[in-house]
Amino acid sequence: MKHRLKFTIKKLFRMALLLLGVSLTAFLLMDASPLDPLQTNIGQAALGTMSPEQIARLENYWGVDAPAAERYLGWLGGVLRGDFGVSLLYRRPVLEVIGQRLAGSLWLLVCAWILSGALGLALGLAAGARRGRWPDRLIRGYCLTVSSTPVFWLALLLLIVFAVWLKVLPIGLSVPIGGGQVTLPERLRHALLPGLTLSITGVANIALHTREKVIDVLDSDCILFARARGEGHILRRHVLRNVALPAITLQFASIGELIGGSVLVEQVFSYPGLGQAAVAAGLGGDMPLLLGITVITAAIVFGGNLAADLLYGVIDPRIRRGAARK
Amino acid sequence: MRTNRRAGTLFLLIFACILLFVIALAGEALSKPAELADFARKNLPPCLAHPFGTDWMGRDMLARTVAGLSLSIRVGALTAVLSGGIALLLGTASAVCGPRVDALVSWIIDLVLGIPHILLIILVSLACGRGFWGVIAGVALTHWPSLARLVRGEVLQLKQATFLRAARRLGVSRGRVLRTHLLPHLLPQLFTGLILQFPHAILHEAGVTFLGFGLSPERPAIGVILEESMGYLAAGRWWLALFPGLSLVLVVMLFAVAGERLRLLLTPASAQE
Repeated sequence: MKHRLKFTIKKLFRMALLLLGVSLTAFLLMDASPLDPLQTNIGQAALGTMSPEQIARLENYWGVDAPAAERYLGWLGGVLRGDFGVSLLYRRPVLEVIGQRLAGSLWLLVCAWILSGALGLALGLAAGARRGRWPDRLIRGYCLTVSSTPVFWLALLLLIVFAVWLKVLPIGLSVPIGGGQVTLPERLRHALLPGLTLSITGVANIALHTREKVIDVLDSDCILFARARGEGHILRRHVLRNVALPAITLQFASIGELIGGSVLVEQVFSYPGLGQAAVAAGLGGDMPLLLGITVITAAIVFGGNLAADLLYGVIDPRIRRGAARK
Repeated sequence: MRTNRRAGTLFLLIFACILLFVIALAGEALSKPAELADFARKNLPPCLAHPFGTDWMGRDMLARTVAGLSLSIRVGALTAVLSGGIALLLGTASAVCGPRVDALVSWIIDLVLGIPHILLIILVSLACGRGFWGVIAGVALTHWPSLARLVRGEVLQLKQATFLRAARRLGVSRGRVLRTHLLPHLLPQLFTGLILQFPHAILHEAGVTFLGFGLSPERPAIGVILEESMGYLAAGRWWLALFPGLSLVLVVMLFAVAGERLRLLLTPASAQE
């Protein structure tokens, strides 16, 4: 148990270091940007009509001067106290904006994550077990097509079919325009298409990799021996157990890809989530918000990796003891 | 007559390369007609004269699609080669230059993989002030990690090979070993990796231009075309989105299939299947 704790602490330390690296990288990249936030947000014409004092005040607001190192250290100090700064576009604390947006995105992401994981595993098992026959060909064809398809184009197609032609689902937004009391079914209706898009694309990668692994396992000697003994339920007893670890890796590694996809999908459906905020922040030169979103998503991704590492030990006693011996 | 898989794969690859070349050239040739606006023929659904239809300014969508594909292909090829170069360099370095460099490179890989690709591309393209080179740098700097890991593993394995150790003992210099023994063994892996990298690069390029970072509206990349089409979908003009996207999917699929088959052939375990 003590060794498990040590292992976890070591991983946590590495994660903190990586997060520091992520924030520094993102900060340096944004700092290197030649785009002037004043020009992008206020516009040349409006700037021309302003007095020098007004411009100076705006420059101060968008943080144009002040050395980079000082600003980074200031930001870092704020973060350690739980203050990510103020979003320049939304004029509210970054954490508040992220929290609100994440609440919109989160259950979209979680639904797509679970659905694509379960479906991907099932399809991968089915394809691997019937290698070379029609279910395998069908599933492989599907995966290939989907993984060659841009997520946002798929979203556009679904939008055309379901919202424009059939008119059964709304075109976008997480709530109907006009506000008022939003009911749960209404919310579901608006999240259905984005969720569906993300699930459809998420399945492909997981299914393909699971299939490879299943084929590897089926070719191994232990399966040959089990067959020779005339054992039944090979898929459940042997294959599933051997595939469990890589499946977990895949499932948790897919988080990053899923968030990346949600950036594009939310843009298509104008779904007010984290991804859309990231795009708005990027286009508008809202550094604190973009930095905050980058760090938070990276933290989610690293957290996923950590969870996978810890789950290995829970599932596989060999790893538990192996970690203890070292 | 059944062709064997080797010949089939070779044929597929040659076909894919020729197609790329033709599209890239045709895109250059069509860049003028692609921008030609003619309001007498605006918003036409697909017909014989305009198989892909026309848009709200009367521009022929077929010409725009080909021009867009051409741009996307050039960006994809350039970024695949660039990220392949980075992968080769860092992968070899981490396998050859000792544990410190190894730890550093794997830390950088973890770092890059920790940020979702599209976010990192946005950040890099911002750093380059958006535009064409921003997209190139963004995609190139995000797509090397998996290939670098592959190269690293391969080099580590090769380092233990008898012929390599024998060469070292015989007093062959490091650089010469690298050039004459290591590189020829790495090239097939790297080549396959590059081809498999290409679809990813194109898809991410399309994604980031779709979001409005990178290429300007005057240069009709596929992402830009699709982004513009969004405003007209509710009016029922489905052809604006369907055909450009579909042609992109077909090109990407061609390369994904060719790369996958090449990988199977070059992997000894599956070469004889």
